[in-house]
This record gives sequence, structure tokens and C-alpha cells, in this order.
Amino acid sequence: MKNCKEISELLSESMDRRLTWRERWAVRIHLSMCRSCQRFQQQIGFLGKAADRYKPKD
Amino acid sequence: MDKNQLNQHREVLLRYALLHLRNEAAAEDAVQETLLAALQPSEGFRNESALRTWLIGILKHKIVDHHRAAEKLHWLEEHCDCDDNDPNVAIEKLIFNDKGHWIGTPAAWKEPDHAFEKNEFWQIFDWCQKNLPEQHARAFMLREMVGLETEAICQDMNISHSACRVYLHRARLGLRECLEQRWFNANESL
Repeated sequence: MKNCKEISELLSESMDRRLTWRERWAVRIHLSMCRSCQRFQQQIGFLGKAADRYKPKD
Repeated sequence: MDKNQLNQHREVLLRYALLHLRNEAAAEDAVQETLLAALQPSEGFRNESALRTWLIGILKHKIVDHHRAAEKLHWLEEHCDCDDNDPNVAIEKLIFNDKGHWIGTPAAWKEPDHAFEKNEFWQIFDWCQKNLPEQHARAFMLREMVGLETEAICQDMNISHSACRVYLHRARLGLRECLEQRWFNANESL
């Protein structure tokens, strides 16, 4: 079983590439039991949206 | 090179330039110069992504010119040393315990999208983003703001694929933590 740190790595990678079947399965099982990682998943999605709208300043 | 084809890349180039110049007028100039340079006759490109890489190559020169003029060249020349002595390893140690569990559980963020309408949120986002280790912030912004694929980020930053993955993960951990503390939790107590 993967721990939260490893799952958070996979969740981060899922923003950048398509996970393998096996990885998606591991993530799904973990998320079904772990609210912290569920939140992390939603929140990194939010970070992406924020960065997309961000306008850098001096 | 055809104008319309080039214009499709304008937005990405502009974001790239903004990330490095942090000044809208200078970024617009650099992109304009890049597109003009690209209008010169040149060989065809296999696909749009090869064209984009080539355009970013030109843009980089324009950006370096700008920095040179502003005597800020060192900013771009910093190279990563992505080895295990990296002091930034600490971020994981602060967030996960030895067993890989969250030390402080991520909080519930209430209606996060409402933050986009608030100026203060953007100030905090800016602050948090600038407080990440520079290489992490750069990888993250190239990915999420500019919209490059990881392959292109590795090339751009001259780092390995695994370093790129680690930077992106650490940037997300750090940025999430910072926004939670400075925005979401701070607003909770108002």
C-alpha cells in the first residue's frame, strides 16, 4: 500500500501526465479512505487554475 | 512562416515572457520581436510543438537581451543543482512524517474559486509563489501558467525528468501550504 506522501506524488503527476492503470488504481483505493489526500487533489487542481489566471507583477 | 500560424502561439509566448520579465510592456515587446523574427523565411516544422519550441528559443534570446540591458542576466543563468543535498528536501520533511502520513492534515477550503475575485488573494498568491525555491516556482509556472508539457520544461530548465517531477511536486506542496496558512486559514478567523 502506498502512503500519503507517495499518493501526493502521484496526484501531482496526474496534473502533468496520464497515470498508468496501476497508478490510477492505487490512487483510487487510497482516496476512498483518505480525506486528506482527497483535499490535496482538489487543492492542487485549484493551484493550476490560479496559476492560469495569474498575472505576474514587478 | 505564416502569420496566423504564429499567432496561435502568441498567448503561450506571452505567458512565458511574463514569467521571465514580470513586466507586461517588456513581455509584449519581446513577443512582438520574436514573432517578427519568426516571419523571416525558415524551414518548415514537423508539427506545432516543434514550432513552439523554436519560437521559445527565439524568445529566450529576446528575454536575455532585455535582462542584459537591465543588468539582471544572473537571474536567468542560475542553474539547478538537482542532487540530494538540495536543501529544499526539507519541505517534504515538514509536511509528511517518517511513515509518509500528513503531519498537519490539509484543511477544507471553503469556496476556493471566490478567491479569484479578490485582489488580496492575488497579492498573497504572488507572495507565496515568489517564496518558493526559485527552480520549483519556475517549473510550476512553466507548467501551469505557461502551459508547457513536462518534456518542454525539462528542456527549458535543462534538468532531468525526475528532477522536473520532484520540483513540480514540491512547488505544489509549498504553494498549497502557503495559501492555506496565509489565505484560507487567515480568512476563516475573520
